[in-house]
Amino acid sequence: MATPVAAIVGTGQAGFQVAASLRQDGFAGRIVMIGDEPVPPYQRPPLSKSYLAGNSGLDELWLRPETFYTQHDIDLLAGETVTAIDRKERRLRLVSGGELSWDHLVLATGARFRPLAVPGAELDGVLPLRTLADADFLRERLDQAREVVVVGAGFIGLEFASVAIARGAAVSIVEVTQHPMGRVVSATTSRFFTEAHTSWGAKISLGTGVSRILGEGGRVTGVETTEGQHLPADLVLICIGVIPNAELAGEAGLTVDNGIVVDERLATADPAIFAIGDCANFPTPFAVGRVRLESVQNAVDQGRCVAGHIAGKPTVYDKVPWFWSDQGDLKLQIAGITAGHDTAVLRGDPDGGHFSVFCFRAGRLIGVESVNQTADHVVARRLLAGDPGLTLEQAGDENYDLRAHARSLSAR
Amino acid sequence: MPQITYVHPNGTREVLDVPVGTSVMRGAILNGVDGIVAECGGEMMCATCHVYVEEDQLGRTPTQSDDEKAMLEFTASERRPNSRLSCQLVVTPELDGLVVYLPETQV
Repeated sequence: MATPVAAIVGTGQAGFQVAASLRQDGFAGRIVMIGDEPVPPYQRPPLSKSYLAGNSGLDELWLRPETFYTQHDIDLLAGETVTAIDRKERRLRLVSGGELSWDHLVLATGARFRPLAVPGAELDGVLPLRTLADADFLRERLDQAREVVVVGAGFIGLEFASVAIARGAAVSIVEVTQHPMGRVVSATTSRFFTEAHTSWGAKISLGTGVSRILGEGGRVTGVETTEGQHLPADLVLICIGVIPNAELAGEAGLTVDNGIVVDERLATADPAIFAIGDCANFPTPFAVGRVRLESVQNAVDQGRCVAGHIAGKPTVYDKVPWFWSDQGDLKLQIAGITAGHDTAVLRGDPDGGHFSVFCFRAGRLIGVESVNQTADHVVARRLLAGDPGLTLEQAGDENYDLRAHARSLSAR
Repeated sequence: MPQITYVHPNGTREVLDVPVGTSVMRGAILNGVDGIVAECGGEMMCATCHVYVEEDQLGRTPTQSDDEKAMLEFTASERRPNSRLSCQLVVTPELDGLVVYLPETQV
């Protein structure tokens, strides 16, 4: 029998993890990774944090040194693009003209930045932040930037804003909703971060969109908001979310609905094709219905899960989601998915800068947001791995021992 | 350059030169030492760069933060008094000769 081939489309954290875990799980076939970025797999989170701030270098960004791929017999095609998936013949078509046969196909195609569709978005100095190339360019521009406008107050926008302020730029943040990071955090946490950024010197305009971007001689000079404000700018960061890279899957006849639709094993309707990471839309016990998550945890754990399937150790994907964000001296850690909660219970003291928000739906704990409070985050991840059995009263009572509660659960 | 020794569960030793200012975790990753996973890249969000520090060298290692103590609850292998997250062991000249033992598993 011919050696089986596992082809991985995408060289981000998810794609890397599949390759690494396949070898660890004893997969003896050929492994080919294909990604359109011309560099080996790297970590994306530092791009809006320590790497952007200049506190860490390229060496610290690589997931593994290049020798790792040869040592583990992983073919890394960096700078190559897949143009089509032929499901019938089990082949990939490559932009370079070649073809690649596969037996197992993993789509870890990630997501791309969502452009802002307003006049002036093409001006020089209006920038995205998604890739290493984006971050390198931004880092250079940030050196000279004096007035920065951040469009979109999600994780990346706020992380970028805190770095830009620390580097001496005047920063304005424009957010179309009333709640920064509102898609993923409770109103309490959102408000806390709004106040923190304001105290650091950022000007935040909520409920405000961008009507156009202004420029002179091809270079950006400012932003005009839907409220009629004019915000001067020599650098504008657009971070209004991402678009999952699902076109390849869609063109191959696989179902796409806010990402590539997969089942609880992360397989598409074609049992030989999996989708993982930012591009995958999957069912989860941690939310009502389906989700698509953009996080390291999701990429890594889903990569491991799919590698297990291919190597003959199938499992259902059911890992507790977790996320983090560094903004200024604040570390936000989230366990579970708090969107859709009906009750939020505060534990700790936001004025003191250390607290957690325990989020419940129908009396059951569904997620916890912690700010500079790692101990709560750790407990939350333990609790959410099973039936948390935590009441609202216990969550809000600082004298109630959460660690003992978690221990008693795992002992059961 | 300070030397750090990584001991695998089967007893194999890898001795590496790790530059000052680099973590024991990053030293392992850059040199392809299997057995350090470092899922979160040194953000103290996972516990997959767990090591056991040679007991009589514990005094030389930097103090443990509360966050590190908290995250050590997640180690896949048994937590012991000499357990550390190697991303928090930033190499200094004083750490030259440090010996760390890799656990059976990180996940």
